[in-house]
Amino acid sequence: MEEEFVDRILASYKGERNELVPILQEVQENLGYLPEKAMIDIARFLGVPGSHVYSVASFYAQFRTLPLGKTRVAVCRGTACHIRGAPLILHEIEDAIHLKEGETSGDLEYTLETVACIGCCALAPCIKVNMDVAGDMTPEKAKELFKGNGNSNGGNRGE
Amino acid sequence: MANNRCSVLVCQGTGCVSGGSEHIYNALKDELESSGHDEGISVKRTGCHGFCQQGPMIVVEPRGVFYTKVKTDDVPDIIKSVLPGGKSLDRLFYRDPVSEKAVTHYHDIPFYIKQERTILKYCGYIDPEEINDYTEIGGYAALRKAITWMTPEGVITEVKNSGIRGLGGAGFPAGRKWESCRNAPGDVKYVVCNADEGDPGAFQDRSVMEGNPHSVIEGMIIAAYAIGADKGFIYVRAEYPLAVNRLKTAIEQARQEGLLGDNILDSDFSFDMEIFQGAGAFVCGESTALVRSIEGKRGMPKAMPRPRTTEEGLWNKPTLLNNVKTFANIPLIITNGAGWFARRGTEKSKGTAVFSLTGKVVNCGLIEVPMGATLRKIIYDIGGGIPGGKSLKAVQTGGPSGGCLPAEMIDIPVDFDSLAEAGSIMGSGGLVVMDEGTCMVDVARYFLDFNRRESCGQCIPCRLGTRQMFEILDDITKGKGRPGDIDLLDRLSKSIKRSSICGLGKTAPNPVITTLRYFRDEYDAHIRDMRCPAGVCSMK
Repeated sequence: MEEEFVDRILASYKGERNELVPILQEVQENLGYLPEKAMIDIARFLGVPGSHVYSVASFYAQFRTLPLGKTRVAVCRGTACHIRGAPLILHEIEDAIHLKEGETSGDLEYTLETVACIGCCALAPCIKVNMDVAGDMTPEKAKELFKGNGNSNGGNRGE
Repeated sequence: MANNRCSVLVCQGTGCVSGGSEHIYNALKDELESSGHDEGISVKRTGCHGFCQQGPMIVVEPRGVFYTKVKTDDVPDIIKSVLPGGKSLDRLFYRDPVSEKAVTHYHDIPFYIKQERTILKYCGYIDPEEINDYTEIGGYAALRKAITWMTPEGVITEVKNSGIRGLGGAGFPAGRKWESCRNAPGDVKYVVCNADEGDPGAFQDRSVMEGNPHSVIEGMIIAAYAIGADKGFIYVRAEYPLAVNRLKTAIEQARQEGLLGDNILDSDFSFDMEIFQGAGAFVCGESTALVRSIEGKRGMPKAMPRPRTTEEGLWNKPTLLNNVKTFANIPLIITNGAGWFARRGTEKSKGTAVFSLTGKVVNCGLIEVPMGATLRKIIYDIGGGIPGGKSLKAVQTGGPSGGCLPAEMIDIPVDFDSLAEAGSIMGSGGLVVMDEGTCMVDVARYFLDFNRRESCGQCIPCRLGTRQMFEILDDITKGKGRPGDIDLLDRLSKSIKRSSICGLGKTAPNPVITTLRYFRDEYDAHIRDMRCPAGVCSMK
C-alpha cells in the first residue's frame, strides 16, 4: 500500500532534481514519515544517489524518518512563547504524556515535538495539537488538556 | 458589496482561527440565511486585523463597530444587533485596560489610532480569497499602469526614487537591486519572494500573505516586468499552511483574470509563478541557501566571495529576491508615486515598518508605524505599556540575529541605521518586549540554542562556535559559571563573526554581544553570586 502511494505520487512529477523537496513533502504528508524504501524509490525516479535523497531529508527539520503518533503535540519555542513560559508548558506536557521532546510513544498514540515558531506570538505561549493551535497556555491548562492521556508503559522512541 | 446595508467582517488570521473564528463565520452565515434576514447584510472573512490578542474579532461595517473575544454562542445576538432596530452588544466591546471603559469603534482604539497603516491598510477589510475585493480597492491598477504607461526602466527609476530598502532585514536599497538584476546579462531571469519568515517571534509576513495575498503577487509581477523575468517563486515556510492556501487561491484567480500567464493584460509581457514550500530551515532565509533549497539541495549558503544572487541565482541565472513586505509596497509606490512613499520615514529609511509586537506588553499584535518612530511610541502609545505594573527591561529586535536594547534606549528612532548603531538590527520585524521578570542571560542562552540548532553545519566557526557559546551560557544559567566565562564568550563572539561564511553565523553572537554590553551585571550576578536577579534560572 505504501508503495502504491509513492508510485502514484511520483507519477504526477516530471523526474527533475529540483522536485525533490516537494516530492518528499507529499510523500510525508501521505505516509506520515519517509520510509527508507520510499526514499530509495524517489532516488531512482530522479536519477540521483540514495544518499542525496537522505542528505536532503535529514537537512530539513520538517522531514522525519520514523512514523509519527496519531496525536502530534508541538510546543512553540518562539521568543515570545519562551519569555512567557513555554519551557514550563513543555515540562508539564512531558510529564502528562510521559514523553520527552522529539519522542513518539511506543503505541504510536502521541508525538511530542517543539517548533521554532508557529507565528501566533500574540497568543503566547501556544501549542499546536495536530492542526489546531491553542494559545494563552498555562501549565494548568496544559495539564488539563492532557489529563489521563499518554502511555505509562515506556517503550518510547526518539527521533 | 456596494449594495449592502452592512457587512460583518470576521477575522480569519491564524490567531483568530485558533480561537474558533472559522466556526463563528460559518455560524453567522447559517444563522443569517435561516433567519431569512440576509437581505442587505453580508458576512465576510478577512485577513488579520493585527490585534490578535483580542481575537476572535469581528468588525461591523460601515460604522466600524468592533467586537472582541467573540464566541460561537454570541452569534445569535450579533445577528440581532445588525438587524433593523438592533443595538450594539456592549459585552463584546474592547475595554481600555486602564480605565475599563468600553471602546465601541475600531478607529477609536489607541492600539490603532497611533499607527500608520499602508501595507496593512486593507488586511482585515478585504476578503483575501476574493480577487474582486482587491480590485475594488484599486488592486492591480498599479500593474496596469506599469505595463501600459511605463517602461521597465521607468518602473525601476520610480522604485529607486522612493528610497525603499529591502524589508527582510538587511535594508539593501531595493531599486539598486532591481537595476543590477535588470542589467545582469542573460535571457532567463527569476523573481523570488522570500516568505521564509523564520525569526521566532515574528509573524508580519504571514499576516500580509494571509490578509492581502494579491498585493504581494502584484508587486512580484511588476518586479518581473521591470527586470525582464518570466518565472517567479514564492518561498513560504511550510509552517504557514493558511498563507500557502490563500496564495494558491490568489495565484489561480490572477491567472483566470489574465494577470498571470502569457501576454498579461494583452501586452507582450508574460510571467507566471508558483509556490515553493520551505521545509523548516532557518538558514534558508539567506539568499544562496534559499536558492539551493528551491533547486532541490540541502539549503547551505555559498561561501564568499561569490557573485550576487542578482547575477547568479536560481540555476545560475540572475534572480531578484525580495521580502514579502517589500513586494507588498511596490503597487502602492507605482500607484501613488515615489514622492508619496518617501514622505514617510527618516532621511535614510523611507516608508513604514511593520512589527510583530509581542512579549511582556499589554497590547500584543501586528503594528505598522513610519520608519523612525521611537520605541517609546511603539511600546507605550500603541502597546499600552507593560502589564502587571512591572517595569520595562529590554526590547529585542531582529530575532536570533539581532540584539536586546535596554530600557534607557527607549527614545531611539526605529530605523535601519539607528538600530544597527545600537548593536541590534531591524530584522524582518519581530519586536519582543521584556520586563523585569525576564532574565537576560536566559534570553542569550535561548537565542544561542536556536542558532546552534539552526546552524547548517557547513563551516566550523558557526557549527562548533555557537555550540560552545551555548554550553557556556547553559552552565551560567545553571549556577556552574566560571570566572573567565565572559572573556571566553567575548572571544568566541569575535571569531565567529569574523570567520563564518554566511549571515547566520556572522550575526549568531549578536544576542550575547548586546546582552553583555548592556546587562553585564546580570552575567556577574549569575557567575559571581550564583544568583539570577530575575528569578528565572534555577541555578542548579
